[in-house]
Amino acid sequence: MKKVMSNKWVIALYILPSLLLLAGLVYIPIFLTGYYGLMRWDGIGDMTFIGLDNYISLLQDSTFRFSARNSFFLAIFSAFSLVLYLAISLVLSGRIKGSELLRKIYLVPMLLSSVAIAQLWIRIYDPNNGVLNSLLTTLGVESPPAWLADRSTVLIAIFIAVIWQYAGFYIIIYSAALKGIPYSLIEAAQIDGATPIQIAYKIKVPLISGVIKTTILLSFVGSLKYFDLIYVMTGGGPNGASEVIASYMYKEAFGRNNFGYGSAIGFALLVLALLTTLIINRITTSKEEVQY
Amino acid sequence: MTAIVENKKNIRIRSLGYFLLYLVLGLIAVFQIYPLVWLFFFSLKGNSEIFGRSPFALPEEWLWGNYERVWTTGNIGSYFFNSIFVTVTAVILTILLASFVTFAITRMNWKYSNAILLLFMIGYMIPIHSTLVPLFQIFRNLSLLDNPFSLILAYTAYNMPLTIMIMVGFYRTLPIEIEEAAIIDGCSIHRLFFRITLPMTMPVMSTAAIINMIYNWNEFIFVNTFISSERYRTLTVGIQSFIGQYLTDWGAIGATLMISIIPILIAFVFLSNRIVEGIAAGSVKG
Repeated sequence: MKKVMSNKWVIALYILPSLLLLAGLVYIPIFLTGYYGLMRWDGIGDMTFIGLDNYISLLQDSTFRFSARNSFFLAIFSAFSLVLYLAISLVLSGRIKGSELLRKIYLVPMLLSSVAIAQLWIRIYDPNNGVLNSLLTTLGVESPPAWLADRSTVLIAIFIAVIWQYAGFYIIIYSAALKGIPYSLIEAAQIDGATPIQIAYKIKVPLISGVIKTTILLSFVGSLKYFDLIYVMTGGGPNGASEVIASYMYKEAFGRNNFGYGSAIGFALLVLALLTTLIINRITTSKEEVQY
Repeated sequence: MTAIVENKKNIRIRSLGYFLLYLVLGLIAVFQIYPLVWLFFFSLKGNSEIFGRSPFALPEEWLWGNYERVWTTGNIGSYFFNSIFVTVTAVILTILLASFVTFAITRMNWKYSNAILLLFMIGYMIPIHSTLVPLFQIFRNLSLLDNPFSLILAYTAYNMPLTIMIMVGFYRTLPIEIEEAAIIDGCSIHRLFFRITLPMTMPVMSTAAIINMIYNWNEFIFVNTFISSERYRTLTVGIQSFIGQYLTDWGAIGATLMISIIPILIAFVFLSNRIVEGIAAGSVKG
């Protein structure tokens, strides 16, 4: 028995195809990105080694800094909106009729492609024929904003679409975690006279702190690499106002054929993602893990 | 007497509280669903109605012709078929490879199984944009640019970590005794895997499959980068360029968008429990 289940050839046969695929298409490309970042390269001709030039220009590139700022705004927004999703999940975990159905309704936008979502929201935000400004005008707002066409509202407009897309995803995650809490704990607190709000804050939230930490990581790092929706919805515009790191990278590499510089941006994105992962891990693992 | 009055007051406050709670939850549901209803309505309208009347109005005349028009004038049909081909092929490959890996990691005894699992999980953290230029170069060297197989390989590689994550949890809850008994009866390990383990893991395979299917169906950037010719485009990129030609024809745009999301909505109606399960299993771990 033991001998059969530790046959090295079988293990290699089962693991290696996948491992080689990931090595070729994920692990090796990570290092290649850093390496290409050291080159001047138009993607077609020969590469010229230029040392750290790309990385140095990156630090002085105001477009890069502005897009990094936008990416961080989105990340912080997303992390804060988790509070809202958590609150909804806590309410749904109480005695709410139809909570299963509500959760599923909330999830629907998450299943659609970012292209479809972006195309839909472009029309929702349309200043003349969109459903949003029609609603605002009906409610008596004199001159509603132009949303995606206005530098000052474009980020918030994108962010509302992001909330629409992801709310259900996080609510499902929180709800699954909340379901894992043994009912006896809640019952004991109720007998001791705790109110539903106390139960939520003092018992439920601490018990799912591990999952909350995972979602902070997911939303923060996920926002840093946010791309599809913004690329389709605004293309980084108007006039660069909604440029993020990923969209800037894509434009440099595949739009302007600066493959070297684009790679440097991609590598910077990777470093930022790993750094924030480490920092968030450090901040959130302060106390001992909760056991039940 | 006062106690009863007090009680009645409490009940009233409580039912008012519940009413407000349901109101808020209901409004959120409207916020999540109404944009899609609105999309459905304007996909059936003509320009005069879209630009001349209230956007909230029901279509006066239900112009199903919008759907027929976009299906026959553009290449939506071909995009649709490409999406199905790439999605299904990649899902089958991913599920099979991930099952092999998960079996070897959770069932077989070897020293580095946990380290290898961790190595696979690292793939989950990598931003696609940090590997896009090298991937483009690799596929060019393999002559796989503008070839659907570049998409199939990329989807398989990038969905592998999440798929393994979903599967490991299930494999660990499965009793090992059945497999042990099979081995003692002289069953070979490949036979065991194909005849016993795979059928036993049907539930988790279908959960992982539906999650993979949604991700592949909706994927945009790989298609946008690796595929250049019209005939290999999938729906996401196809509709993006198709819509570009219809700038002011909202009816056609709406119909195109509806066609691209209908398969997902149908899958959702029948498989919502599996989808919910897959999302929960893929992230609660860790």
